[in-house]
Amino acid sequence: MAESMILQVENLRKDFGGLLAVDDVSLAVREGDIFSIIGPNGAGKTTIFNLISGVLPASGGQIRFGGRLLNEMKPHEIANLGLSRTFQNLQIFTNMSVLENVMVGRHPRSSYGMISAALRLPGGRREEREIRERAMEHLDFVGLKSFAEWNAGSLPFGQQRLLEIARALATEPRLLMLDEPGAGLNMTEKVALSGLVRRIRDQGISILLVEHDMAFVMGIAERIIVLDYGEKIAEGTPEEVQRDPAVIAAYLGTEGI
Amino acid sequence: MQRYLGTKSVKMALTVAAAILLVAIIALLGYRNNYGPKAFAQWTMDGIRGGSIYALVGLGFVIIHSVTGVINFAQGEFVMLGAMLCASIFELDLPLPPAVKLVVAIVASVIIVTLVGILLERGAIYPARGAGVVTLIIITIGATIAIRATALIIWGTRAKIVPAFTNLHQNDLIFRPFGLTLGAQSLWIWGTVALVLCALLYFFERTIMGKALRACAVNRRAAELMGINPSRMSLLSFAMAAALGAIGGVVFGPVIRPQYDMGLVFGLKGFVAAIMAGMVSPLGAVLGGLITGVAENVGAGVTGLYGYKDLIAFVILILVLLLRPQGLIGGEERGVEQS
Amino acid sequence: MSEEKGWAKHSNIVGIVAFATLVVALGLVETFQPFGFRFRDFTGGMVTFDTLIRIGILTIVVVGLNLLMGYAGQISLGQAAFYGVGAYVSAIMSTLASRHEVLPGISDAWWWPWLAILVAMLVTGAFAYAIGRPILRLRGNYLAMATLGLGVVMYTIFREGGGITGGHDGLAGIPRLSIGESFAFWPVERYYWLVWAAAFAVIIIGLNVINSRVGRGLRAIHTSELAANTMGVDTDKYRVQVLVLSAMMASLAGSLYAHFQAIVSPGPFGFVASVELVCMSAVGGMASVWGAALGVSFFFVIKEVLRARMHQLLRGAGGEHELIAYGIILVLVMIFVPEGLSFGGIKALSWLRNLAVFRRGDGREIEARTGQAG
Repeated sequence: MAESMILQVENLRKDFGGLLAVDDVSLAVREGDIFSIIGPNGAGKTTIFNLISGVLPASGGQIRFGGRLLNEMKPHEIANLGLSRTFQNLQIFTNMSVLENVMVGRHPRSSYGMISAALRLPGGRREEREIRERAMEHLDFVGLKSFAEWNAGSLPFGQQRLLEIARALATEPRLLMLDEPGAGLNMTEKVALSGLVRRIRDQGISILLVEHDMAFVMGIAERIIVLDYGEKIAEGTPEEVQRDPAVIAAYLGTEGI
Repeated sequence: MQRYLGTKSVKMALTVAAAILLVAIIALLGYRNNYGPKAFAQWTMDGIRGGSIYALVGLGFVIIHSVTGVINFAQGEFVMLGAMLCASIFELDLPLPPAVKLVVAIVASVIIVTLVGILLERGAIYPARGAGVVTLIIITIGATIAIRATALIIWGTRAKIVPAFTNLHQNDLIFRPFGLTLGAQSLWIWGTVALVLCALLYFFERTIMGKALRACAVNRRAAELMGINPSRMSLLSFAMAAALGAIGGVVFGPVIRPQYDMGLVFGLKGFVAAIMAGMVSPLGAVLGGLITGVAENVGAGVTGLYGYKDLIAFVILILVLLLRPQGLIGGEERGVEQS
Repeated sequence: MSEEKGWAKHSNIVGIVAFATLVVALGLVETFQPFGFRFRDFTGGMVTFDTLIRIGILTIVVVGLNLLMGYAGQISLGQAAFYGVGAYVSAIMSTLASRHEVLPGISDAWWWPWLAILVAMLVTGAFAYAIGRPILRLRGNYLAMATLGLGVVMYTIFREGGGITGGHDGLAGIPRLSIGESFAFWPVERYYWLVWAAAFAVIIIGLNVINSRVGRGLRAIHTSELAANTMGVDTDKYRVQVLVLSAMMASLAGSLYAHFQAIVSPGPFGFVASVELVCMSAVGGMASVWGAALGVSFFFVIKEVLRARMHQLLRGAGGEHELIAYGIILVLVMIFVPEGLSFGGIKALSWLRNLAVFRRGDGREIEARTGQAG
């Protein structure tokens, strides 16, 4: 039988009043895969992320997550379904500590509300302890445990990227979308990131990755699609894509990675 | 993420339906209270008179906001200062014939208020130019308080009397076209506003400064890269807004009796006008001001609820913000800023 | 760095205890006047029970405002509307017997005003919910203006309410709060304790919310609504909830005000009042529950000091001079200490701390002069 597809995107379109940012893009992520979207700047990669996570409404096409239609859903509802992401230009909460950032990620897995909070009811306090413990675990997973009480804004850049990943992991997603997680990292950090991404996948979380760094992607992804000017120009395994003349043409100058 | 009132067409339909309903209510009330078309015409005329001043204030808001992004709470105070200064200078014992004295008073007060606007920009706005929305709002509020308090100290709480321009007398010359009451001052107001608008049009379309200002409003970064100095543009925008407010105050002075605390109401209603323009369109500000003036006059007149007159402007404000934050005339999808 | 966070963690408990001690001490001193010492003498008539009660009442409003503006990042230039609704509902309900002779026997019982306070909070909360859903679609300046318009609309309704609200003159004859027939929270010496007990309850609730899942969600919304949404925080719902909470706090304060003044008129609930509240919030430090008390106190002190000193400095007109300084001080604080005095104070304290540490004569003159921790 066909392996289960955790994410199915069909004929996705996004029209910004004249600018067609995404033009008839389809992709399917198998459960347990590391799937990557690559392409030159402005190809529409982050727009696709925004469409899938519900930040922008699609102009056409369908997005299915675990069989459910995501098109009209709000971002927080999508997060509650188990789809989580990081951001190309970091969106960490600089007005909180590192641990608190990850604790925000526990939102879909906790429930106590305003009244429970205001009156410090026992149910809420219990949940709060649990949130804190689990958040710590996720911090530990990415290696930031010793920074827990630091102000998030004072972390070095590479650590901030890891923090965003930890926060997204805290939502216990089934699919994690990483938007250029390697941008701005040096070689050592990228190697560590590679290892981290694999470890995340080994936990059973599928990964959708947008990246610029060809070497990084080729080393880690199982399936790739290539975008250019909002259109899909190639799809396949890293080897297939590398050899595709259309891809080479689009990147102009990155022959034979 | 704008899913509240549904799709655009639903919003449109609701707006049109609301407008029709409103007109129907007004007509009904008019009929019930025996207000004929003459009464409506009178209210409309008076409304356009007041609305012209709101238009000037609104223009000031639009100019400042589109160049600097700041909403200048002190806008109404410029109107007050213009009126009060003009009255005070006119009362001075100068060896000049009254007509000349009036001209001197007008010119002097506009100049002084423009300087106040410049002082405000350099002293309070420019030093805090990177700050957040709330901080800037509070700063302009602080400035408003200071200006108003200064006015209170200088002039006390008593209202001033500004003579009508036509006969230089407290009681204006009154015309009665078609049985309506039209004060000569109204003609001065309309004439002045029309002149100001033409001057602004010329300024924005034909002069380098004006075009630079427009460039700054459209895209500040690009304007900067073209060699336009944003600091100077910010200064210019405040100076212009102050001058506009002062002119409004000067010319409206004879109609009401200026007091130290009259600024607030003008500021807020001028703001309503600016909102209707989506905070970007000068034409929209003018139309918005006129609409506000007419609406509040007709509304108060036809319902007899004069105490609620100010409220009408605010209800308009809230409705516009909720239903069409990008403004009625001009302005794109702004206001409900997407994250 | 990490030191700052540790500092802040303990500051809540320390803060509550310290502040409580201060409030209790002030109250005891004023009540029992040991050695004939009265606080009011010490401060030249500036600080009396009257002042302290007013500070307490406004602190309640400003705590709510801080939650809304400082933590959740929303703006309200019409908070006095909620304050007013609370005051008027309490006033109307408490005077049902005396003015309209409705429900005699019930509506003049001792427990009726307390019920009225609860009813007022519910009414205000419902009102905030109803207008919150549409208005909180807006952001930034536009939200500010919508709340401003709302405040003015409510003020006009208070003023023109005729029979119900007493119009321009308002409602008089509001009874004092009491427990049972005999123990009244009056005179001011007793009311002081009631007001500050309420203020503390509100402060503690505020701190609880901030340090909870909800509070984190709100703080997340402030920094990045986008990220908050994608982490599962229902931003629309939370923003309305924090508005409702702040409205209910303001309502409580309004009710306490009504029973304090015994008269309620539209004056204190207009645009100027809303603006003052925002200023108190900002100057004290919006993102700080303690900032509320600090901001309110600062304003009262400034007003009183200016009123006294200005009179000396500039002969002539009465207390209007203070307003100029008021306005100028506001502008200066916002330019130089935009995060508010509470945080400015903390920064100043740590700067001083660093100075003192290196001044302990280890010869490193440079560090002492620059005050850098290194």
